[in-house]
Amino acid sequence: MSATTLGAGLLAPARPAAFWPSGWVAGLAWIGAAAAISLLPDADDLGRTQELATLAAGFGGLVLLAALGSTLSGLAPRLARLREAGPWLIVLAAALLAWELATAKYELLPRPFFAAPQSLLEVFTDDYARLGESVWRSLLLVVPGYALGAVIGFLFGVAMGWSRIVGYWAHPVVRLIGPLPATAWLPIAFFAFASSRGASTFLIALASFFPVTVLTWSGVSAVSKAYYDVARTMGASPWFLVRKVAVPAAMPSVFVGLFMGLGASFSVLVVAEMMGVKAGLGWYMQWAQGWAAYANMYAALLVMAGMCSGAVTLLFRLRDRLLSWQKGLVRW
Amino acid sequence: MVSGVNGARLEVRGVSHAFALEKRSLPVLQDIDFTAEPGEFVALLGPSGCGKSTLLRLVAGLEPPTEGQLLVDGAEITGTHPSRTIMFQDPTLFPWRTVRGNAQLGPEARGTLAADGPRIEEALRLVGLAGFASAYPHQLSGGMAQRASLARSLVNEPKILMLDEPLGKLDSLTRLAMQRELVALWERERFTALLVTHDVEEALLLADRVLVLSDRPARIRADIRVETPRPRRRDDAGLVALREEILALLGLAEAA
Repeated sequence: MSATTLGAGLLAPARPAAFWPSGWVAGLAWIGAAAAISLLPDADDLGRTQELATLAAGFGGLVLLAALGSTLSGLAPRLARLREAGPWLIVLAAALLAWELATAKYELLPRPFFAAPQSLLEVFTDDYARLGESVWRSLLLVVPGYALGAVIGFLFGVAMGWSRIVGYWAHPVVRLIGPLPATAWLPIAFFAFASSRGASTFLIALASFFPVTVLTWSGVSAVSKAYYDVARTMGASPWFLVRKVAVPAAMPSVFVGLFMGLGASFSVLVVAEMMGVKAGLGWYMQWAQGWAAYANMYAALLVMAGMCSGAVTLLFRLRDRLLSWQKGLVRW
Repeated sequence: MVSGVNGARLEVRGVSHAFALEKRSLPVLQDIDFTAEPGEFVALLGPSGCGKSTLLRLVAGLEPPTEGQLLVDGAEITGTHPSRTIMFQDPTLFPWRTVRGNAQLGPEARGTLAADGPRIEEALRLVGLAGFASAYPHQLSGGMAQRASLARSLVNEPKILMLDEPLGKLDSLTRLAMQRELVALWERERFTALLVTHDVEEALLLADRVLVLSDRPARIRADIRVETPRPRRRDDAGLVALREEILALLGLAEAA
């Protein structure tokens, strides 16, 4: 039961068992949008119009049920978080309706570049196997590559921050090579590695390696000397100082590096899949564009957004767990 | 732990120390020579930046002296040892560890965590933080943080406890309370205490002996014994007289 009130006007305060005005409006808006989708004639021959209308109506019905549920004290606490989403649900219904009218119903936007919502739905219902496989193949490429780059970058960053000798030799190299976008290695990588999979893994690892290295390094270097003094007076070994002082103190900075590395990895993943790898979401988009199947492209884009956002969410969850001692963390 | 004297004898023999700056060396300590008896409470009093804290770093073994010798119970100090711990002006708690996690730092570093478990709880209880064992440092007030830092030192059963202006940043009420607690703790544990301070009253309230240091490079200007029995009152006539004497030594005598 969190009582968050941002802009008290639209957002219903999350009190248990209360009238949820935006919920009722949202439910009716979705059902209204469904009626428009179903009843207005399509300007062109499109599939899945009625299915889209059914989905929208079903969703609207669920929202209305939830609005009804929040007047019951038994269900209300569970619906508290949903209640905050009320204004969003209204806007989304309006946006769906506007999109539908501008594309399927009146063709105000040039086709085929602007796909109708039911066309996207059609991609999901008809081509889900290929989309699913593309997600799987993308993950198979990006997860090992990212993990490899992150682990090596972390170890390398700690070594650079801790040891003067490693820092001396590694610093100029990292400075020269690091800022180079990993994609610049693309021609060399596809030439040097026997398989496009090996080349892509290498590139993705490289993309996450650099930010993780630099931010781990700076995190370790910035650890207050006083922490080391305290630990040393109590009999800590150098290994203890690294593991239990330098590394935990550097973790906030390490997570910034992991976050930046994740973004860089995704960017390299898509480029690699568009250039050389014959699978994955990047390839799917390229392939769809080649066939002028724009709906497929948008669908893939949506899936990719979900995948990237999901990965970042996972990373932030992990950070919130490990760095719960910090105050004022940004919630993702 | 209620027993006789647990402290060690500290001998500082002809110690001089200089910092190597880029082109020259900056002398901070000059011919420091004194002996602290086991269980004695010695205050090092001097102007800010005179090198008092450096002397503590030498005793802790964090740095070797440029010249001279430091001996603990007759053995030369060559490095750090858990029996000589410092409580710094900043609590320097590890923010990623709870109060208990901080207190157990020493045993954990030495791999004696299992055996020292009860002592950690005891130390937290002694400083009045038993109820805050699982709090993180950012949730503590200044005084509580300093108590946690004290507990972290006590867990190591120090024979020499160095206090580097540990109360310097506390508000005056907390400061008064903690001065009393420090004395009570010392009377109970009888470690040898070295207190660095620039507060004349604090030195007189707490210590058996006050070593008055000069400006940098620090030399010992006077070695003053404080015989007033404890608990001491700050308006005690003897202490007031000593205070005048020390202020005069520091060139700060209040004009009559």
